[in-house]
Amino acid sequence: MSSQSKPLIAAAGAGLLFGFGLILSGMTDPAKVRAFLDITGQWNPALAFVMGGAILAALPAFAWARRHRTTLAGAPLSLPDRTLIDARLVGGAALFGGGWGLSGLCPGPALVVGSSGSLPVLVFVAAMAVGLLLSRRFLAPRAPAAPAGAAPQA
Amino acid sequence: MTTIVFSIPDAAASLAGGLLIGASASLLLLGSGRIAGISGIFGNALSTGRDRVRVVFLLALLATPWLWRLVQPLELGGALATPQWGALIGAGLLVGVGTQLGNGCTSGHGVCGLANFSLRSLVAVLTFMGVAMITVALGFGVSA
Repeated sequence: MSSQSKPLIAAAGAGLLFGFGLILSGMTDPAKVRAFLDITGQWNPALAFVMGGAILAALPAFAWARRHRTTLAGAPLSLPDRTLIDARLVGGAALFGGGWGLSGLCPGPALVVGSSGSLPVLVFVAAMAVGLLLSRRFLAPRAPAAPAGAAPQA
Repeated sequence: MTTIVFSIPDAAASLAGGLLIGASASLLLLGSGRIAGISGIFGNALSTGRDRVRVVFLLALLATPWLWRLVQPLELGGALATPQWGALIGAGLLVGVGTQLGNGCTSGHGVCGLANFSLRSLVAVLTFMGVAMITVALGFGVSA
């Protein structure tokens, strides 16, 4: 029983920490995110501290996970160990960057702001969900590696 | 011409929030064996919904603005009050498709991937940040 519920309790705690962190950090303010991205205009670099702080705080846990390959309770843990850098990765990241720049919203903040009751952001989340399901359905990688010619027409 | 807008309290709040996010990623990794990448967790929950750990994480995340309001008022998303709807929907589609193709977003690649010294994630982060900065510099946006 407890071995089943521990991962769920940890997940609930992690979800709360993540959301409070986003709200506190300013990431849930799309105008602020766009000000962070606006390096040729009125640039507000404060949000760099969000990623910096988050990476810093996560370093020890990832070091532990790389060494032990288990959770603290001893359950198996799989770290992403793919190293392939291909058109799919770069193209996907570029599309995401375009959407992020246009809106100032990335997935985590969009979910939190949408949940808070913002209608425009709920519409954004719905579009994001459609895009995500479409790409999972129609643009899934051909195993084991997507052929280089199969560029997505998104 | 770049003008830098910076305040210490702003940066301190960002750092504190970032530390919480990093703590969250640590807890999810070592407590539940999952990577705290929101696009992956959301995509997984939407497409199968079978992983209870990811569903619980998402529900807790969605509860945070409401829990925050128990303590103090919180108004989010005001900057998008009068968006250009077509552009907003296009941006959502781009984020959905892009994060699934590229296997991650700001959290999965930007926080977890970089904390795990993944070169793949570094390439993704430089790409999405670069494109996002260019998009803003060119004056594109979903609201006037």
